Amino acid sequence: MTPEQARNVIDEAISQIAPDADLGSLAPDADLRDALELDSLDFLNLVESLSQRTGRRIDEDDYPQLATMASAVKFLTAR
Amino acid sequence: MPALGADMDEGTLLEWLVKPGDEIRKGDIIAVVDTSKSAIEVESFHTGTIERLIVGVGETVPVGTVLATIAEQAAAAAPAVAAAPAAAAAPAGPPEAAGPPEPQRARKRPAREPAARAKQRRQPVITSEKAQPAAASPLVRHLAEELRVDIATVQGTGPGGTITRADVQRAAIAGAGVAEPVTLPPQPGVAVTAAQPTPARPTVPVTARQPVTPLARRIAAELGIDVSKLTGSGSRGAVREADVRMAATARAPTQAPAQEREQAMRQAIGRLMARSKREIPHYYLSNTVDMTAAMDWLHQRNRELEVTERLVPAALLLKATALAARQVPQLNGYWEDDRFAPGDAVHLGVAISLRGGGLLTPAIHDAAELAPGELMAQLRDLVNRARGGRLRRAELTEATITVTNLGDQGVESVFGVIYPPQVALVGIGKIIERPVAVGGLVGARPVVITTLSADHRASDGYAGARYLAAVSDLLQRPEEL
Repeated sequence: MTPEQARNVIDEAISQIAPDADLGSLAPDADLRDALELDSLDFLNLVESLSQRTGRRIDEDDYPQLATMASAVKFLTAR
Repeated sequence: MPALGADMDEGTLLEWLVKPGDEIRKGDIIAVVDTSKSAIEVESFHTGTIERLIVGVGETVPVGTVLATIAEQAAAAAPAVAAAPAAAAAPAGPPEAAGPPEPQRARKRPAREPAARAKQRRQPVITSEKAQPAAASPLVRHLAEELRVDIATVQGTGPGGTITRADVQRAAIAGAGVAEPVTLPPQPGVAVTAAQPTPARPTVPVTARQPVTPLARRIAAELGIDVSKLTGSGSRGAVREADVRMAATARAPTQAPAQEREQAMRQAIGRLMARSKREIPHYYLSNTVDMTAAMDWLHQRNRELEVTERLVPAALLLKATALAARQVPQLNGYWEDDRFAPGDAVHLGVAISLRGGGLLTPAIHDAAELAPGELMAQLRDLVNRARGGRLRRAELTEATITVTNLGDQGVESVFGVIYPPQVALVGIGKIIERPVAVGGLVGARPVVITTLSADHRASDGYAGARYLAAVSDLLQRPEEL
């Protein structure tokens, strides 16, 4: 998966959970939970959505790597 | 018109989900009613055929008004049975009229007649949802029709894969297939909900503008505020919810309905909380609970499961609070008529903050009987519906004890105000790593502070202490939860 593809997948997943998210202005190193005002159930929905879209298992141990857009892109492109 | 929660004395009929001639079963949702707090689904207490709809859409009527008549099939000769809501309204419209009807008055009679109550609570609607996974309630199907969403393509996130209102709304918004602008059905008071159809791949920046949090954007849309004209107070100048609210306050008159609604909700909460503090002699206890076992178990369990089945710590904490309430029944029930009436089961009220401000405390029924996974599914469904959709009458009137969890907001301990006529409120804080001495050695362990606000008329500190100890004990054996 290329970084562009990863970014698209994340954007899609976020817009499913927070349909009005202004993703264009989201800084790569901004904390997603903070910037998008997500609670723990929203975050779980995000993980679920990313997992479904990529067909990839995302374990709890991986959650810290989904903290920001940049780290999430890196995580999805790493394997 | 049933009493549907905090200090409600009238309600507005938003939508009929049935028409004359329709066959309905007891428990079917037949109407949607708006209160100061939320739009609420009202179910029928009878099986029969809808004979006449008496109250029209948009009409506001006092609690106790007959909304419709239902002809019962067995007694064909004797039609005109008062509709479901009137049954609930009988105790709800108290002749004593000392003040607005109290939120849970409708529950009074059932609370004294556990058998009758248990029957009433078994709503076929809920069971049928469980029985047919991928199913959707009539209300949700109705919404899907309105939004032109093909229900077959919607993925359900409710219990057992049930399609919730939020799922349909998400599908409508995300659905690139929707050719026309999507307009959600108007919610009274809310300016509206005109969801701009978002492109499926919203990677195209709309314009170069300052960052806006989604919450702020949503609220701005509701309040009719142009975010591009605001100065943000968040990091990198991001416009946050508070900025939007400030702007909305500055130009009050144009958006009266949303503000009125918010104000009505604040007033309802205010009346209830003031009554609580005025009447209930609260006592407060707190306990620090070692969460090592619970977190390890959770981690282990989640490792084996798909994301959809994973639990968040809140699910375990809720289960423990519910089980402990069963062990210490003095804290589970109501203070009514100068005596304590124990609840027939543990219906766990969960405080859910709304994105637009305010809060609701819908109940998870029979929470002590649910497996953690099931409880988690119900919690997710409840949060989705409280925030985006609609709640059911029973959910808002039958809690026997309430939990407030502010852990996600970073709070370490919360001492709440009891929700009358309940007699206890449990507070849950954030799970944090703290140095803890075990066997003379200090190590870092995850701990959470649980608190109890309890009504001293119904219980003493001793019972409260037993309750918190029970919560802690239960969390040390998470596999048994």
